[in-house]
Amino acid sequence: MKIYATYNIKGGVGKTTAAVNLAYLSAADGYRTLLWDLDPQGAASFLFRIKPRVKGGGKALIRGTKALDDAIKGTDFERLDLLPADFTYRNMDLILDGALPQKPGKRPTRQIAQLLRPLAGEYDHVFLDCPPSISLVSENIMHAADVLLVPLIPTTLSVRTLDQLTEFVAGFEGKKPQIRAFFSMVDRRKRLHQEITEKLLAERSGVAATPIPALSLIERMSVERAPVTEFAPRSQAALAFRALWAEISAEDKTGADE
Amino acid sequence: MTPDLRGFELDADIGDNGSHDPVAAVLDVLGQAFGVVTEPGAPGSGARQHTWLDTFDWRLNRADLVLEYEHRNRGGRLLLTRDEVLQAEQPAPSWRTGRPRLAEDLPAGPVRDQILKLASPRALLPMATASGSLSVTRLLNADGKTVARLVVDRSTVTRADQAVPLPPRLAIAEVRGYPGQARRAARLLAGIPGAHAAHRSAFLETLHALGRHPNDYSNGVTTEITAQMPASVAVATLLLGLLDTLEHNVDGVLRDIDTEFLHDLRVASRRTRSAIKMLGDVLPDGLAARYAAEFKWLGDLTTPTRDLDVHLLGFGAMAAQLVAASPADLEPFRAFLARRRTREFRRLAAGLRSPRFRALTDHWRKALTEVRDAGRPRKGPTADELAVSRTGRVFRRVAAQGGAITADSPPESLHNLRKRCKELRYVLEFFAPLHDPVAYRKVVGDLKQLQDCLGEFQDSEVQRHEIGALADAMLAERAAPAATLLAMGEIVANLAHSQAEARADFAQRFTRFAGPAGQQRVRDLLHRPAR
Repeated sequence: MKIYATYNIKGGVGKTTAAVNLAYLSAADGYRTLLWDLDPQGAASFLFRIKPRVKGGGKALIRGTKALDDAIKGTDFERLDLLPADFTYRNMDLILDGALPQKPGKRPTRQIAQLLRPLAGEYDHVFLDCPPSISLVSENIMHAADVLLVPLIPTTLSVRTLDQLTEFVAGFEGKKPQIRAFFSMVDRRKRLHQEITEKLLAERSGVAATPIPALSLIERMSVERAPVTEFAPRSQAALAFRALWAEISAEDKTGADE
Repeated sequence: MTPDLRGFELDADIGDNGSHDPVAAVLDVLGQAFGVVTEPGAPGSGARQHTWLDTFDWRLNRADLVLEYEHRNRGGRLLLTRDEVLQAEQPAPSWRTGRPRLAEDLPAGPVRDQILKLASPRALLPMATASGSLSVTRLLNADGKTVARLVVDRSTVTRADQAVPLPPRLAIAEVRGYPGQARRAARLLAGIPGAHAAHRSAFLETLHALGRHPNDYSNGVTTEITAQMPASVAVATLLLGLLDTLEHNVDGVLRDIDTEFLHDLRVASRRTRSAIKMLGDVLPDGLAARYAAEFKWLGDLTTPTRDLDVHLLGFGAMAAQLVAASPADLEPFRAFLARRRTREFRRLAAGLRSPRFRALTDHWRKALTEVRDAGRPRKGPTADELAVSRTGRVFRRVAAQGGAITADSPPESLHNLRKRCKELRYVLEFFAPLHDPVAYRKVVGDLKQLQDCLGEFQDSEVQRHEIGALADAMLAERAAPAATLLAMGEIVANLAHSQAEARADFAQRFTRFAGPAGQQRVRDLLHRPAR
């Protein structure tokens, strides 16, 4: 089971659209895929028309009183399941913080990884759609993930954020997730976007060559309530996600990240 | 109670919406509670052909398994189910279902793993085929989310060159996390007049439409005779049943589908010879005596091929027992056996296609049918009287012959006893419906133990001599490398060891069957309350 997490400290950079479309493409490729909507706003759940509600809330999941397995819902698409968001996820830091009462003072940073472990026989790929923050939740996600998919709007500040993230992950003990950045919401008409895209691609490894353009069709996902790769499979947006997934999954197949 | 989510059937005349499509009436009802969207190209939908496979003697069905080959445009797959629950599946893209295939020749996969032991050495044959299409309709909640699916299977079978439509089969497929919605849809479906829980599986429905039923062949004695039937009618009925079994296997033998067609044909023939010998005197006009020689001819015709089949079937196990020699050393022996078998099979096939064989079966059937249909003769015993007297007589013979065998007796005495035991087994089986089932099982259980011991003894003896004769023949054809002869020698030594073990077991098994307790069991079996 390979775990991908779409993560960025900033909000509104295209994490959810990437998670939804890449998970859809993974399932379409034949992989048994689970998408966990960890963002209390529940955008991914909304896009799949699934109510953002988990019985017992995030607390029941983290404490193990409700098995992750029981909260999973089938989407409309073959091999693609979703673990819905819940509004209580907004308190996830607090819930995680109280997860190890028997070990006071120990930071519980691997709870999400542990929760996902029993699903290994059931899914080939798991996508974690993370809330924008740097917190105990995001630290848990980084420890659980094999690959951090980081959407970057091509601005100087975004690049700085990527550097900070890389540095943070480098400080992990033991297993470290691979960082795979990709340009998101790229506006080809903006000169700055072009310059930063070209420069970063030339200077940095670990940045996907395929940019996801800023297109109104992607915004339309919230109207169609479906992945753009599903409702407009031949559109420029869908082709971009498909090319991005091909890049990411090619590494998966060659084991470049193992 | 929640109706079964799988398996509904529709009567052809339900619905009054003028569309004459029973499925449209179902969609109308479901449409009142759910959004209803047909899903062209949904996984699993589209045209398909199912062929259900089993061995000629229904070995999978007897183990409650159903093997299905599903063929679609993109290829095929094998599905193994029990009670309509999937046990295993594997792709089988190039299967031509019309052509029988041995289970061991299937590509490696979980289906092969599960059926190999059960089906071998038999071939898988197409038992029924249905063609049609599967359509999927999504059932949506108020958010437009798919919460269940309606799966409709419309199939037809071809019977006597006519397409016969089967009743549409419907199922509600659950979407993970929405079990309540699937149950709700199933309840709605169950409430539609004309829709009812399917009372048999798609496989049984298809077989039924083809006028067949599972287990319509068995190599056992299945003739139903009654106690008060005149003995001549009972014996003629019994022999007609054996003739049916024999004739059912001829085509399979001639097409050389698998080795067990010949085995079953030989068993039917041997049972016939035993019945003629032990019971034939109740048939009129010396009928039995006239046919005894012809059935001996049939037995002799089939023996060489069957003997070679036995060698070849046991080859793997035989090779695995080698300690000093290597299994590869035996390859020339296997090739030699295969060549011989080809030659002998040609002789066998010519015999089964000959006018002599046709005359035997045709005339025998005609004569037996006349006896059966003639009704009650003026005098003569009933079937039950015949059963009691003949079973008792054969048992006494077994007891006397076996009781005379000592440690010094020659192998022939055990061979002869084996023949008597076979006769006793057959006479027990012929009249099984007339006996108390518990008493019958006790006697047959002990007899079987004794027969296994005698079989092991004699088969080892016969095979040893045959391997010796085959070695001579291989030498004469210059087809015998020294390593092969040495390996064959090791096999002969192993057979001698098995034979000695069987000989050592004999006394105990015989005493259990024919000692005082065994005799009492036979008396209990043959006891009839005074009328």
